[in-house]
Amino acid sequence: MNAESRNNLVKQGAIWVFILFELAFFSIAGEFLSVSEKAFMDFDNMLLLLKQSAPIGIIALGMTIIMINGNIDLSVGATYAFSAIVLLDSMTWPIFQGLGDWVIPVSWMLALLTGTVLGAINGLIVWKTGVDAFIVTLGSMLGYRGLVFMYNGEQPTSHLNWTLVDFAEAQFLGLHTATWFLFVAALALWLLMTRTVHGRNAYAIGNNREAAVNAGIRVGPHFLINFMLIGFLAALSAVVFYSESGSVNPNDGMLYELWAITAVVLGGTKLAGGYGSIISTIGGVIAIQLLRKGLGHIGADTETVNLVIGLILIAVLFLDRQLNRKGKEELKI
Amino acid sequence: MTDTLPALRLENIVKTFPGVRALDGVSFTVMPGEVHALMGENGAGKSTLMKVLGGIYQPDEGRIYMERQPTVMASPMEAKAKGVVFIHQELSLADELSVAENIFLGELPRKSFGRVDWEKLFSATDRILKTLNVSFDARKRVGDLSIANQQMVEIARALTVDPRAVIFDEPTASLTDAEKVVLFDVIADLRSRGVGIIYISHRMEEIFKITDRISVLRDGQYRGTLQTAATNEDEVTQLMIGRSLDLSRNDQHAELGDVALEVRGLSCGSLYRDVSFKVHRGEVVGFYGLVGAGRTEIVETVFGLRAPSSGQILLDGQEVRINSPVDAIRLGISLVPEDRKGQGLVLGMNCRDNMTLPQVDDLKAGPFVSDGAEVAIFDLYRDRLDIRTPGWRQLVGNLSGGNQQKIVIGKWLSMHPNVLIVDEPTRGIDVGSKSEIHNLIRGLAQQGYAVIVVSSEMPEVLHVSDRIVAMYHGRIMREFTSEEVTEDGLVQAISGISGDKVA
Amino acid sequence: MAELTKGKRDIGGVVARQGILIAFVVFMIGFALANERFFAVDNIFGVIRSSAILGVMALGVTFVVIGGNLDLSVGSMMSFSTIVVLDLHDKLGPALAIPAMFAMTLGLGAFIGFLVGYLKLNSLIVTLGMLSAIHGLTLTYSGGQNMDIADKEGTWFSVFGQGVIAGVPVPILMFAGLAIVLSVVLSKTPFGRKVYAVGGNGTAATFSGVPRARVVFYTYLVSAFCVATAGLLQASRSLGSQNTVGQGMELEVLAAVILGGASLLGGSGTIFKTVIGVLILGFIQNGLLLMGLAFYAQYVVTWAIIILAVWLDIAAKRGRLWSPIA
Repeated sequence: MNAESRNNLVKQGAIWVFILFELAFFSIAGEFLSVSEKAFMDFDNMLLLLKQSAPIGIIALGMTIIMINGNIDLSVGATYAFSAIVLLDSMTWPIFQGLGDWVIPVSWMLALLTGTVLGAINGLIVWKTGVDAFIVTLGSMLGYRGLVFMYNGEQPTSHLNWTLVDFAEAQFLGLHTATWFLFVAALALWLLMTRTVHGRNAYAIGNNREAAVNAGIRVGPHFLINFMLIGFLAALSAVVFYSESGSVNPNDGMLYELWAITAVVLGGTKLAGGYGSIISTIGGVIAIQLLRKGLGHIGADTETVNLVIGLILIAVLFLDRQLNRKGKEELKI
Repeated sequence: MTDTLPALRLENIVKTFPGVRALDGVSFTVMPGEVHALMGENGAGKSTLMKVLGGIYQPDEGRIYMERQPTVMASPMEAKAKGVVFIHQELSLADELSVAENIFLGELPRKSFGRVDWEKLFSATDRILKTLNVSFDARKRVGDLSIANQQMVEIARALTVDPRAVIFDEPTASLTDAEKVVLFDVIADLRSRGVGIIYISHRMEEIFKITDRISVLRDGQYRGTLQTAATNEDEVTQLMIGRSLDLSRNDQHAELGDVALEVRGLSCGSLYRDVSFKVHRGEVVGFYGLVGAGRTEIVETVFGLRAPSSGQILLDGQEVRINSPVDAIRLGISLVPEDRKGQGLVLGMNCRDNMTLPQVDDLKAGPFVSDGAEVAIFDLYRDRLDIRTPGWRQLVGNLSGGNQQKIVIGKWLSMHPNVLIVDEPTRGIDVGSKSEIHNLIRGLAQQGYAVIVVSSEMPEVLHVSDRIVAMYHGRIMREFTSEEVTEDGLVQAISGISGDKVA
Repeated sequence: MAELTKGKRDIGGVVARQGILIAFVVFMIGFALANERFFAVDNIFGVIRSSAILGVMALGVTFVVIGGNLDLSVGSMMSFSTIVVLDLHDKLGPALAIPAMFAMTLGLGAFIGFLVGYLKLNSLIVTLGMLSAIHGLTLTYSGGQNMDIADKEGTWFSVFGQGVIAGVPVPILMFAGLAIVLSVVLSKTPFGRKVYAVGGNGTAATFSGVPRARVVFYTYLVSAFCVATAGLLQASRSLGSQNTVGQGMELEVLAAVILGGASLLGGSGTIFKTVIGVLILGFIQNGLLLMGLAFYAQYVVTWAIIILAVWLDIAAKRGRLWSPIA
């Protein structure tokens, strides 16, 4: 086994080792520092963790595919917020008044459609103009956020539908609704990436775009589909979260793209593209959520948590760079 | 054999790029079941011609015929569908995917819902791999394979269709002798199946071993076709370089000064090992060898771009540590790099600024850069090197290859270096500029510079060097003076046969 | 082989560049026709004055972009600077508060410069992360509160943001002054030359002995200095501020730099062009506002402008409007 494959195995396993380390660390540290009576690795706590992982987690799944392609999507936070607004507001629209609780699936569809359309716009611009994805989505990060603010100014948009809230807060077979959504999405995307032509092509395009193009793979439509997918997932994430919360502020979702990217890169997907997996992203998501919970458990405040996550992102970027160098024999450019 | 239809015929192909007429009415045929070599110097048009055939470029004029039928190769996919497959020098594989997925890239067999039909994929791949007699598995990750095996994957890609013609572009560049044998077996097998093979290479020895005919291009023009069995290297070389280039052996030597640079026992991991040599003022030392021999890596180390794992570098007798190009430049070492566009020039900057970049800190008037001083340097070297450009404000990216190279050379000459290293001085440059640069290098030796030239072109290295260092797989095999060097001796040395072994 | 220059492509590039200017002129005429207030002197002055703060930040980001990198942290860094200087004003007095704030802001810039220049980490992700980190830092520092100066009348601190010298508002003077100084640095000093080299071809710059890491590091210091100046202007103008004052400005700054024609790949652009970009952006936003466009619609317009500007630039370089992606 050569150096590169050894490196890859290390990277794939690393995130799970890190998670185990976190569990151990916070359990032990929690004994001394914790403000609460309960142990860290409490079963309910862990279930809650999975539920709380869902919003960013679902987005991170989509981000994984985008990054394997060699692209990036900075507009997911704004798409998330806008879809949430469509979800909640559409339930109050006069046309749907006669539907009663049946407005729920309709609103869901509208929200998911919104996300998909916003993603499609990104995808089309990237395909047809050839402008790099990061610039396109940097712009739409601003533009879509503008749409969010244009909807209701700086006011929150709210609507509580108790049937919906009950559904969202429910637990099926012990897992929360949100957790189910996360797992089902993860499974679906895992199957996509490992078993379908589209998924395998994603790796090819990210790995060696020219070879993919020369082999006849149509990159443009491929990108379009993936952007629509992540737009859909951002909307799905919003649907999952806001069904329970019932109120969205125009600033919500800010920097979700950063967290999603952090989870994806932490899990082992390369920034440059061509390498990564859904499973490792789930690992990254859990690791970050665990960190958040763990630090909270031992009494750290939100800012410290953000700081630690920021430092970890830097460390991971650094490792990503180091592991991609060919060692001593490389040019010092 | 004379009644057989040519597998492929290219007729009067013209291809121009901005500023360059890469192919000037080239005609070429390949018969089924023949191995046809395509030779020519760098920049002669071989790759361009094959890219036209392989559907990567569209010709501006001229036609392609397959068995008498005119045809168009609009894309690599189309070319492949028509039976023309191109095995590139830079392998075009996705190294994260498996062998099977690479072989069937873009044509993965499908089941319903867009799922991959893995069974079909692996069985088809296994079938192809068997005919190639390879040792690796269809499921293996391509990135984990050796270069030679990766090349086999590329070849396997060609065999997913029934190819009419397979084009090999410098296939043996990174292969060991044992791996070459395997490759030649595969070629022989293809040949026996009636596939027409086009073999682009510089290596005379191989060409005379496995090919049936040799066609030569020079400066984008077709120069002739020879029957391999009926010709020899001199005849081929003459077709390749013609008479216009004086590549006589170097017989003029300048007065040798002291040792400017000495390298003792320098090693860098697996790239090169135990390298020792000296360079005197007033001489040109040529480093010759195949790709991967370690020549460029050594000069990069001397220039501070690479950290050696052991050994010493001495300048004027003093041991020095060179940790970066900044150090190297300060110590008087200059490097004209191999890749002039990627490493030698900032294409978006003008000629003058490119030329003065290494010394821009020293050309000051107060806190500002002195325009006058910069332009003076540019003017001086423009005249000395005969650089053709409308003015110093011209963006360097707009110049021809030869003039670009002269800008790089001017840049480093203006530093008045103790040791000047030139890596591939005339790669991709037209004949006229080539000989200017050769004369320039000889002239530098006359002026007392200590010069190292790294080259892959034997005529060039023979023409400019006072001494030649032959390298193979990271080791110095032998040193020759220009009096004692023979072409055979050189070829043997760079192919791994050291001086004391019998051929 | 003939030696032709790539004249045709340059013309294409010129057309694309003029395209933006032409569109701008058309917009200006349109706005003037739609609303007679547009060309009023005080309106024009107002636009330039309110562009000053954004403009100062854009000057620094120009250095970073020419050097081949991005800086998305400038918005939250500016919030930080504003809050810090307001806070320290009451604690240390303005004379000490200003240098202290500059030092702290430069410290942040140095950290980013270290990560991107010496550790060679991806500037997009790093500065995106710093955007969040510095926002957190600002919140912690301010305890979540807005900052206000206690004695607003009695301090000379307001001269930066509110003063007028010889009829010209001080912010405009500072913007112009900084633009002139930085323009000279960029175009006439060895450092400026090296920034272009590193951004144009970092590998070739290294091969030519340019200390690439150090150059990139300094570009982030320049950017931080400009952000600190912007924070000073902002704090001094309103003598009180929310701790999210700079939010979102990083994208407007980037839009201005892109509009001015700098390539996001590095190696091209000038201070003068960025100033034009700032003004274009300011006038377009002003014109749209006067026409009655909702405030937040500006975001959408800026998005469209960014995409169009980059697209035309890329299209000019490759010679085709639409991308050749299949």
